[in-house]
Amino acid sequence: MADLTLDAKGLNCPLPILRAKKALKELPTGKTLEILATDPGSVKDFEAFCRTTGNELVDSRVDGGTYVFTIRHTG
Amino acid sequence: MPSDSNAKSMSMIVTKGTLDWAYPPFILATTAAAMGLEVTMFFTFYGLTLLKKDLNLKISTLGNPAMEMPMMGMHMAMPNIVSALPGVDGMATAMMKNLIKKKGVASIEELRDLAVEADVRMIACQMTMDLFEYKREDMIDGPTLGGAASYIEVAGKSDINLYI
Repeated sequence: MADLTLDAKGLNCPLPILRAKKALKELPTGKTLEILATDPGSVKDFEAFCRTTGNELVDSRVDGGTYVFTIRHTG
Repeated sequence: MPSDSNAKSMSMIVTKGTLDWAYPPFILATTAAAMGLEVTMFFTFYGLTLLKKDLNLKISTLGNPAMEMPMMGMHMAMPNIVSALPGVDGMATAMMKNLIKKKGVASIEELRDLAVEADVRMIACQMTMDLFEYKREDMIDGPTLGGAASYIEVAGKSDINLYI
């Protein structure tokens, strides 16, 4: 269970990334953020975002038509 | 300007002021800032209109043969002779804004606010301000005024430099 959930469903590039960055800023280091998105491009984008910022992409999966990402704030 | 920190940096020259061309610079600037880069945008010529307080951006289909809009299950491009008719740009702009809303794409106003919030540094070209007789008070508060040398100084220290 993530510490915080961000609903970015229906939003298109680059809004899921921008909203996630904002949410991570509020989250203490070590805590996890779950992001729900419908933008298929967000799969590759969250991988790139995490590699670049040093945050840990704990999980990336598809649940029905929704992409679910779990990121640990380590960056 | 890129500081002496280890953060990567990106600069871009923004030269176009139509609704469609306003997207690439603001999308890349906000995303780069979110990924920890220090970002500087230099607005010159028609790009300068993107700094006006009141944005009333339009698209032009004229001379843009690759621009196809989804319409009635297919894609339609606009012949130049039709694009030149009065009202066609207005119609195409309304269609584009409609699509933007429907597809969950951010507005330019929203992306610009996010860029300011993310401390993206903006430079308004002084020469273009003079050339087109823009007033500082018609522009948003954040940008500083500068010229080519201001941009080159930033670009020389940046990891990524784009011209849009």
